[in-house]
Amino acid sequence: MQPDLSAKSLKVTSLISVGQHPKSGRARRAEQDARAVELGLTLSDDQLEMLHVGSGDKTVMRSYLGMGLPKMTLLKQGDRGDAVPVLCDYLATHAPDILLTGVRAESGEASGMLPFLLAEKLGWPLVSRIAEIGEVNDGVAEVLQALPRGQRRAIKVRLPFVASVDNAAAEPRQSAFGPGQRAGINDMPVAGGDDVVRSGWEESPARKKPKRLKVVKAKTAADRFKAATAKASGGGGKVLKKESPAEQAQAVLDLLIEEGVVR
Amino acid sequence: MSDLIRRDPRTEWIARNRLHPLHGEALFSTSGHPVGDVRGPSGLLRKNPHGVGFIGPNGIKRIDRLAIQLGESGPQGGQRRGAKAAVEVQLPLVTVESPDFYVVAVLDMVGGRLTGHDKDVLGQGHKLVAATEGKGAVVAVTFGDSKEEGFDKAGVDRLIQFRGEQYDGYSPEQRVTALEAVERELDPEYWLFPDSIAGGQELGCRLAARLGERPATQAWQVDAFTSLCRGGSQRIDISRETPRLLLLGEECADQIDETRHEAVVIELASVPASLSRIEDCGAVDVDPSQVPLGEAEFILSAGNGIHDWDQFHQAAETLRATEGASRVAVDDGFMPRHRQVGATGTWVTARVYVAVGISGAIQHMQGIGQCDKVVAINSDAGCDMVKRADLSVIGDSQQILAELIRLVESRQQGGAEDAA
Ligand SMILES: Cc1cc2nc3c(=O)[nH]c(=O)nc-3n(C[C@H](O)[C@H](O)[C@H](O)COP(=O)(O)OP(=O)(O)OC[C@H]3O[C@@H](n4cnc5c(N)ncnc54)[C@H](O)[C@@H]3O)c2cc1C
Repeated sequence: MQPDLSAKSLKVTSLISVGQHPKSGRARRAEQDARAVELGLTLSDDQLEMLHVGSGDKTVMRSYLGMGLPKMTLLKQGDRGDAVPVLCDYLATHAPDILLTGVRAESGEASGMLPFLLAEKLGWPLVSRIAEIGEVNDGVAEVLQALPRGQRRAIKVRLPFVASVDNAAAEPRQSAFGPGQRAGINDMPVAGGDDVVRSGWEESPARKKPKRLKVVKAKTAADRFKAATAKASGGGGKVLKKESPAEQAQAVLDLLIEEGVVR
Repeated sequence: MSDLIRRDPRTEWIARNRLHPLHGEALFSTSGHPVGDVRGPSGLLRKNPHGVGFIGPNGIKRIDRLAIQLGESGPQGGQRRGAKAAVEVQLPLVTVESPDFYVVAVLDMVGGRLTGHDKDVLGQGHKLVAATEGKGAVVAVTFGDSKEEGFDKAGVDRLIQFRGEQYDGYSPEQRVTALEAVERELDPEYWLFPDSIAGGQELGCRLAARLGERPATQAWQVDAFTSLCRGGSQRIDISRETPRLLLLGEECADQIDETRHEAVVIELASVPASLSRIEDCGAVDVDPSQVPLGEAEFILSAGNGIHDWDQFHQAAETLRATEGASRVAVDDGFMPRHRQVGATGTWVTARVYVAVGISGAIQHMQGIGQCDKVVAINSDAGCDMVKRADLSVIGDSQQILAELIRLVESRQQGGAEDAA
């Protein structure tokens, strides 16, 4: 789906965060946020605003900027600050038509609550885990939502709205170093409160989750023996032997329809 | 009669000889106790091993510890096996009358059935009930039509089902409104959601934002005081106080499997309709061959019993199924390697798996262990795949597939005419 011309005048804001490599832990462009920026760039390349709240790691910010944006906005705040009230204040005055976020941050609590809190505070509708934004006509956007198992769902939503971008969205373009260094960062110091609740938490490196053991609850030796040696269980299945192929095929089709895999 | 105790050597002798036909009676008259459990001199309950069991047909003593055939047909070898299979153990029923508080679990119900994750969440619910003072009930909330019959065995004390077209498809706004109604009516002690991509995470976050709660997310070790939550990129654990609203990770707690629960349906007074700014335009057709095998929902899998490969591909296309194959089909060059299902191929998670001409070797079965419904199309009624399958049709794969293609095509044409 190619966005039509009217979409070019859309105001889109992408929220970006400092990502983290899952193995080395090195700071990087967050996957989902980069996809959100990519989606924003295809929607409107001149009206896209990139927004970050926090201390703003220079190399990471520049790697987002290297995707081809002339500037970005940085709401400067300490590491322990709460981003939501700051964002709400800013977005109330600089309201975009579409606000794009990732589904989950790559570091910290990673609760995935941010888009929901913003949507609730701003009173906008929210569509989660989108893969694509299609045409935008008369203040209604056609959105493609990513479902589990590679499925997609079409959704229409009224502007302005918040959308969290799934990993199924188009891959972000490469970041070019030079343009990233030359682009401008608008610093704006803001006075946001600290995240008080979080200061009471204890953080530790992730422990390995214990694997669930298969507990054999058999009471007798005969049951235990059966549990240890049993082959493919079940046996309660229906078997159609004598029916004609047409009847058999109908039975299979009925099951497929009942399970909802054949529509 | 004199008070002298007289021994009866003959009875004693019979009591020692367990093969004697009068052994049971002799044992009773010498010990003076009924056969079986005997109160010993110190007051302990003693089992008399000579008193239990029966003599099998070949003269060997047998003890049936399953205690199934007590009072039943008796020790006839052939009949007993059938009797054993028929008896299903009735789990003890747990009832909660007028509970003091509720723990509400909102379930994913993928395809209308409880997922493993849902059952973990219900198990966690019971853990929290046990750790809290007073009598509590675990309430399950489901949306849309359900095909589940095992609510009672999964630990559901109370059940709230929201049905109707306003809850179909993608309807998060209406669902949150419904959950708010639950909040007003039951005032739950805890709200539990599966932290899953099947909808639980979204709904939990929405409700948390609406109620102004700060949820514990990806929580994987929860008790009444502290919760251990996984942080970003799975790299940190956060230990925090247990909040009222929790989004639980997979395998957070043991599932309920030793008790039955009432699963009493609760009707809510009324749920207001919410203003919907999101319209669901339905599922979009995705090319099933583009879906990775491990993720596919519906797989049509081919084995050595397929002789017409063009027909098989056509069947997969008409059914809109992702193609899979057994190792033989791959080794013989009919299917690419990345389509192989099984121990050395892909472990699939399909909800529906149709195995055409696959015998069900153990290496193949390992790969389909997580599948919900298995359909076997095979010419051999005795093969292992038929034993595993929920529905098996015995016949020639070529004929059955041809019929299936014909049926689906006529159905699609019928549907198209209806729509026109
Ligand atoms: C180390 C190792 C790893 C392996 N890993 C895998 C693996 O990952 N995946 C895997 O699949 N296998 C694996 N195998 C191979 C596995 O053991 C079996 O050989 C293989 O799965 C059998 O494939 P099949 O069922 O298609 O063929 P067969 O066993 O030949 O079964 C064919 C079936 O088709 C039926 N049939 C025949 N003609 C028709 C007809 N006209 N209509 C309907 N039905 C018909 C037959 O009744 C039979 O049940 C592995 C083996 C080893 C040793």
